[in-house]
Amino acid sequence: MLTLPKKELITFLIFAVVVLSMPVWLIPFGASYPGLLQTFAIFGLFAVGFNILFGLTGYLSFGHAAFLGVGSYTAVWSFKLFTMNPIPAIIFAIIISGVFALLIGFISLRRSGIYFSILTLAFAQMSYNLAYSVLTPVTNGETGLALTMQDPRIIDLAFSERGEALPQVALFGLNMAGYGGFYFAAIILILGYFVAQKIAISPFGMMLKGIKSNQNRMGYTGLNTKPYTLAAFVISGMYAGLAGGLLAVTDPLAGAERMQWTASGEIVLMVVLGGIGTIFGPVLGAWIIKYFANIFSAINENILHNMFSFLPASVQDFLVPLLALFVGEGWELTMGLMFVLVVVFLPGGLMEGYRRIAVRISAMSSKETKSVDKPAQTDKQAGGE
Amino acid sequence: MSDQKKGVSRRKVIKTGAAGIIGAGVAPMVFTRGAWAQEFRNNPTGSEVTFGLNVPQTGAYADEGADELRAYELAVKHINGEGDGGMLNTMQPLSLQGNGINGKKLAYVTGDTQTKSDAARDSARRMIERDGAIMITGGSSSGVAVAVQSLCQEMGIIFMAGLTHSNDTTGKDKRRYGFRHFFNTHMSGAALAPVLSAEYGNERKAYHLTADYNWGWSQEGSLIDSTEALGWETTAAVRTPLGAGDFSQYITPVLNSGADVLILNHYGRDMVNSLTQAVQFGLRDRQQNGKNFEIVVPLFSRLMAQGAGENIKGILGSTNWNWSLQDAGSQAFVKSFGAEYGFPPSQAAHTCYVQALLYADACQRAGTFYPPEVIRALEGFKFDGMGNGPTEYRAEDHQCFKDVLVVRGNQNPTSEFDLLEVIQEVPRAQVEYDAAIFGGELGPYEVS
Repeated sequence: MLTLPKKELITFLIFAVVVLSMPVWLIPFGASYPGLLQTFAIFGLFAVGFNILFGLTGYLSFGHAAFLGVGSYTAVWSFKLFTMNPIPAIIFAIIISGVFALLIGFISLRRSGIYFSILTLAFAQMSYNLAYSVLTPVTNGETGLALTMQDPRIIDLAFSERGEALPQVALFGLNMAGYGGFYFAAIILILGYFVAQKIAISPFGMMLKGIKSNQNRMGYTGLNTKPYTLAAFVISGMYAGLAGGLLAVTDPLAGAERMQWTASGEIVLMVVLGGIGTIFGPVLGAWIIKYFANIFSAINENILHNMFSFLPASVQDFLVPLLALFVGEGWELTMGLMFVLVVVFLPGGLMEGYRRIAVRISAMSSKETKSVDKPAQTDKQAGGE
Repeated sequence: MSDQKKGVSRRKVIKTGAAGIIGAGVAPMVFTRGAWAQEFRNNPTGSEVTFGLNVPQTGAYADEGADELRAYELAVKHINGEGDGGMLNTMQPLSLQGNGINGKKLAYVTGDTQTKSDAARDSARRMIERDGAIMITGGSSSGVAVAVQSLCQEMGIIFMAGLTHSNDTTGKDKRRYGFRHFFNTHMSGAALAPVLSAEYGNERKAYHLTADYNWGWSQEGSLIDSTEALGWETTAAVRTPLGAGDFSQYITPVLNSGADVLILNHYGRDMVNSLTQAVQFGLRDRQQNGKNFEIVVPLFSRLMAQGAGENIKGILGSTNWNWSLQDAGSQAFVKSFGAEYGFPPSQAAHTCYVQALLYADACQRAGTFYPPEVIRALEGFKFDGMGNGPTEYRAEDHQCFKDVLVVRGNQNPTSEFDLLEVIQEVPRAQVEYDAAIFGGELGPYEVS
């Protein structure tokens, strides 16, 4: 049950080491601080889950942010009503978002292709509007759901007195706001990655891949594909809910904007950028997009001037305004350019680029320069990465 | 699932691997964090101290954000003793000496709030956790201000709010670590009511169009309270989505509602669009109930007036500050801002500039950056010479109390910036209220 084939196990171990050592290797990138590390872990998990639906099953959902939002709201309510411990919060988040995904999936999966995408988009937008205005008593509307001093917190308050300040989310004393929250999210990401690997190599995963390659043919063999697609939808919705719950664990505030269609689109971009169908690709895509959104957007002209202070003033005055277009408020421009380049030249995402390089290197080391390019062969391994 | 592979099991590898990683990677970090915690977060130990400027650089309030950033850059220069000193020449009392704060040179880092709570909190966390910002300031939305303020309370970092007008910021959602210089919707209502009564009489029927978020609700509530106290009736209060663009479907029902005043609780581009469309529908040329139909925009800014052009002429509203004020503080600020950038500052720029100076001055007065001491230095602080006359930071809710300006869209502007005519400076006493009416708790001085 808890074993993996050797190749998968190695990938898994490398992944675990990469994730847990992020506070160290992200230092040179200026990204090693708890806030962003937590974001990396959480959105990595979101992307892993999204890939189970999009990458494995081939159903493109444009409404996954709705589950992220549901998970966040559920977790905050768990803090408000019961306890500041993150474990019940994320369990509730998984359950409620799973139920929610079951409802939406049941209806949306009556169609496939573009119609499915539009249906999920419509449901997500409905959820957003509900959270924004109609369900204000539950979601606190635009302001967002936050902790207050008057929260019942029945479990916590049965054991301790109400403090003077707002309580903080803590796992048996370990504060979830700083590095503690990162390691908590990182361990859940690693577990989620493991589960995704297991799904990909399981008979169930093979079935999903079959549905992706040709759903009609699966139907002709007498197989009812509906339960499989619905299961994939619910699982990926639960991943999203878990990610949303973790967002609330590291920062107990849930707002409706988390459910907006832009957030649903962002997760699609992450998966496409990193590599559809691979397991690590979506995580990489999530990290790159969040890195751009948080680090590139903060570079201003002053920082650029400092970076290029070794150049003569005239070159600097030419270069800095030019580069300034692509950083700071122009970070989305850089992101867009990069996205276009990846989609045009590496349709399989950054993971395809990695595989091409790997093929080249192995070809060079074995000095068989004739058979350098064989991307067609490597593509088949995409699902098992 | 069935094939049990030989060799090491996953569990065993994880156990040994994780122990090694935690030992090597995590432990040093835990120890260093512990060492800092004995002091306070981001205690500046070097020769520099850093402000975190969190302003909207993209989205609906990007214009305000750009102007806020200009004001902050100017404030940093003045605090470091560069430039002409601006309001440092007029502020009373003043502890700053023009050599930075507590002998440390002032630096800054910037972030983009995108006018979204999540993005704003992410960028605030980056500036606090990575860049070591001692204080976070800025913003142009009440939703963002409330969200960032509560984050700052948790982190033990002082937040000096930028442009935020909702009552909640220093009411229901006030925090010990959050301070607001800008006025609020309650003050707008209290300042506008007598002027509305004098201009339009006491028998009016008002129709509200309200931006559907925290600030809009707050302003709608305050305006309904103060106008109904005059004897006005409220025909309807309709919520419009933020950033709607087309308001025609909301304006048509106004024509048949029997109302004779339209109150637009919109800001930024929303207000520019809704006002322009209301004028295009001929509302201002109408007669209703035997009176001229009127439009009121309770929160005005010069940047919005520029966007609305001709349509703004003659319309009443309130504002925190306007560059045409003649007192020494305003003049000094307008002069140095104009010399630097070539045009006058907006009210957003003014409030941000003042906030940066007030924080810096409080640190200098307290002789430390230790937040509880700085908070005590700001609470109840009375000052003058910063553009709004004698002002007090009320200790009970961290709200500044000062005169409020009632303005009218200028009929005969003398320049492209001369768009608002100040018709009354409503004295502080008239807009003051009891801190208890909005509820909320400030919370503790010390944060673990």
